[in-house]
Amino acid sequence: MLTADQAAGLHQQVRDFLAGHDPAAMPRLGFLRARFDAGLAWVHYPAGLGGQGLPRSLQAAVDAEFTAAGAPDNNPARIGIGLGMAAPTILAFGTQEQKERWLRPLWTGEEVWCQLFSEPGAGSDLAGLATRAVRVKGDGEAGGGESWRVTGQKVWTSIAHAARWGLLLARTDPDVPKHAGLSYFALDMTGPGVEVRPLRQLTGEAEFNEVFLTDAGVADADRIGGIGEGWRVAQATLMNERIAIGGGALPREGGMVGVAAAAWRERPEARTPGLHDRLIRLWADAEVARLAGARLRQQLAAGTPGPEGSAAKIVFARLNQELSAFDLEFAGPGGLLYDEWTLRRPETLSFFGRGPGYRYLRSRGNSIEGGTSEILRNIIAERVLGLPAEPRTDTRVAWKDLPR
Amino acid sequence: MTTTTDSGTKGARPAGVPPDLRYSDAEEQLRAVVRDLLGDRGPWPAVLARVDAGEADDLPLWHAVAADLGCAGLLIDEGHGGAGASYREAAVVAEETGRATACVPYLTSAVMATTALLGTGDGELLGALASGRLTAALAVGFATMPPAPDDGVHGEGRGGGRGAGVPWPVRIGPPDERDGPGAARLTGTVRAVAGALAADVLLVPGDGVPLRLYAVDATAAGVARTPLVSLDSTRQLADVTLDNVPGRPVATGEEAARAVTAALTAGAGVLASELFGVAEQCLGMTVTYVKERHQFARPVGSFQALKHRLADVWVAVTQARAAARYAAACLAGGDPDTPVAVALAKAACGDAAVLAAQECVQLHGGIGFTWEHPAHLLLKRATSGSMALGTPDRHRAVLATLVDLPPPPAG
Repeated sequence: MLTADQAAGLHQQVRDFLAGHDPAAMPRLGFLRARFDAGLAWVHYPAGLGGQGLPRSLQAAVDAEFTAAGAPDNNPARIGIGLGMAAPTILAFGTQEQKERWLRPLWTGEEVWCQLFSEPGAGSDLAGLATRAVRVKGDGEAGGGESWRVTGQKVWTSIAHAARWGLLLARTDPDVPKHAGLSYFALDMTGPGVEVRPLRQLTGEAEFNEVFLTDAGVADADRIGGIGEGWRVAQATLMNERIAIGGGALPREGGMVGVAAAAWRERPEARTPGLHDRLIRLWADAEVARLAGARLRQQLAAGTPGPEGSAAKIVFARLNQELSAFDLEFAGPGGLLYDEWTLRRPETLSFFGRGPGYRYLRSRGNSIEGGTSEILRNIIAERVLGLPAEPRTDTRVAWKDLPR
Repeated sequence: MTTTTDSGTKGARPAGVPPDLRYSDAEEQLRAVVRDLLGDRGPWPAVLARVDAGEADDLPLWHAVAADLGCAGLLIDEGHGGAGASYREAAVVAEETGRATACVPYLTSAVMATTALLGTGDGELLGALASGRLTAALAVGFATMPPAPDDGVHGEGRGGGRGAGVPWPVRIGPPDERDGPGAARLTGTVRAVAGALAADVLLVPGDGVPLRLYAVDATAAGVARTPLVSLDSTRQLADVTLDNVPGRPVATGEEAARAVTAALTAGAGVLASELFGVAEQCLGMTVTYVKERHQFARPVGSFQALKHRLADVWVAVTQARAAARYAAACLAGGDPDTPVAVALAKAACGDAAVLAAQECVQLHGGIGFTWEHPAHLLLKRATSGSMALGTPDRHRAVLATLVDLPPPPAG
C-alpha cells in the first residue's frame, strides 16, 4: 500500500531527524524551526512550507514519535487560531511570498494569530460588518507601497493581547452589496492604531478581547485574496474554525464525556437512576459523534473541509453543554460553589479545565462562538440540503443604504 | 484540551484510530445495482399494493436479490458458492432494503440465519442458501435482544442469553425410528418470528442444557406458521408452532449458543444499517417535498422553522451513518469492540430512523398522514425496526455494562 510505504518513509525521516537534532541539547525554537524546514511540521502541507504533500492522516504518527522522543511541541493550545484557521486560509488564498513569510513563524509559535471578524453590530450577520479599510496611495520613492487605513471595532477576539497578526475582514467598498464589498487582510497587531481591551465573559475570565482600530495601517502586500473577495476567503476560515472546534481527533472518552464518566465511576453514592439514563445517552451520543468525526476526517482531502463540519460543531456544542450540566448536578452540594470570579486573562483555551461550575458556564458559549447553532442549521439547510433561502431584503442593496 | 483516556472501559477497543468508516468503491457499486433492482421491481406503490393485498413477502423480488444479484451469499465463502464478502457489504445491501421498504427476507435469511450457520460447518445448507435455492429463518422472536458476548455460553445457562431459569420455547423430544442420527422431535411455539413465512428452513433452538440448534423443514407436517397482523406490514411476523416435528441437529452446546448469539448480534448490527437507510430515505423524501410544496406563495422549505428541523434530522442521519459503518466494520473484522459497536449503532440508528420518519410524516402535513403516501411505510418500518432485536434503551443499558458505567447501587 502506498500509504504504508509513505508512513514507513516518514518514520525513517523522523528517526534520522532526531539523530541529527537532539531535543535535549537544542533550544526549543531552533528545534521547531529545523523540524519545519525538514518538512515534518505538517506533512500534508507542500514541500518548502513545512510539509511534503502527503496525506493528512500520516501526521498523527509523526507527532506521536516526536512526543515519545521528548521533543518540544509548538504549544498548539496557544496557537490554535493560527494552526486551525490562519494557516489553511493562507495556504488556500495566500501568495507564495505570503506563505513563505507567515507559515513558518506561525507553526513554530513565534507569531501568534488572532481573528478579527465579529463586530458589535455584526455577529451572525457577519457580512454586514462596518470596519472600513480605505486605500492609501504609496509614496513610491520613500519605500512605502500601496496600503490601507483601517478604522472600526472588532469583538470576541481570542488571544488578541498576545497576537502578532490578526485575520482581518474589513469593508473596502460600501457602495456595493454587503458580501461584495469585503476584503481580507493580515493586520499587524503591534502597529499603531490597534488597541486591545479585555472583554470579560460570564465565567469571570477575559479569554476574549475587544479590538479598537483607529487608522491602523495594513500594507496592500498583506491583503489575502483579491479586493472584494473577502467573503469567499472568510468562508474558508470559518469552515476550518468549525472543524477545529468540533472535529478534533480524540480517543474514546476524550473530552467532557471522559470527565463525566470518571466522576460517575469515582462516586457511586452520588448516582441516581435519572442521572444514569442521562449519562449513558450522552456517552453513546459522544462516542457516535467521535466516530462521525473520524469518518469526516477520513473523507477530508487536505485542507478542504466542506459544510459537513457544521454537523460536528452543532453536536459538539450540544454534548458539551449537556455533559457539563450533568457534571455540575452530579457534583452535589459542591455544584453550588465556584472556584473564583477573579478576572483572569488565560493564554490558552480550555473547555475542560477548572471545576464543574466553570465548565458548565464556559460551555454556554459553545453554541454561539464560531457560528451559532442556529446559523449552522441554516448553512446545513441551504448548502447541504439545498433548501431555498428565506426571502431577503439585504443582499442586493449597496451596504451603505442598508438600515442600521 | 483533553484530559481523559479510555482507561476503565472494559471490553472496549483500545484507544486508536477507528477502522475505515467510508464506503469502498466496490460497496458503492453493489449499492447501485441493488438500488436499481429494488427501484425497478419493488417501487413503493408496489409495496403498498402488496401490503393492501396482505402478501407480505415479494418472493420473485427476493429471488432476484438473493440469486440474481448474489446477495444471499454475501457472507458465505466462495467454497460454498457465496461471494466471500463481509458484513460491510451486507450492511450496504441492508441500507437499500430499508430505503425501499423492500418486502424481502434479506436480514432474516442472508444475515441472521446465515450467520448462525457460518459457525457450524453445515456446508450443504450454506450452499443452498448461497445459491438462493433455499431461504432460512432463525426461529427466535424478532424482539429478542442479542445476548452479551459470553452470556449463557458457559456453565448453567441455556445459551443465547437465556439463564438457567428461562427456557427456550421449543422442547426436544425423542426421535422416532424414521429420523436420522442425532435427530429429535421438536414441539413448542415461538412467537413473532420475522422471515418465517418466506423460509424453507427454520433454525430452531431446542431447549435444554446444553442448548441444541436444529434445522427444520418449514413445510413439514406439524409445522404451523400463523401470520400476525404486524405494525410493519413490509416485514410480517408469524407465530411458529411445531408439533412433534423432526429436527436435524446443526450445532450443540457452546457451538449452538455461539451460533444464536452471533446471529442476533449480526442481525442487530445489520438492522442498524437498514434503519440508517430508512432514515436517509425519509430525509431525502421530505427535503424534496418541502422544496416543491408551496404555501403563503413560497416553498415551505424556505421557512426557517422547517429548515432547522430538517437540519437536525440531517445531523442525526450523519451521526447514525458513522455508527452503522462502525458496527459493520467491527462485525466484518471480528473486532473485540463488536458488542459496543452493535449496541451503539442499534440505539443511534433506531432513534435516528424514528426521528426522521416522524419528521417525514409531520413535514409532509396532511398528505403524510394518508394511506396513499409512502411515509407511513417508512414510519412503520422505522418504529418496528427500532424495537426489534433490542430497543434503543435496552442497547444503551447493555452499553452501560460494557463500558463500566454501572447503575446506582441497589437499595
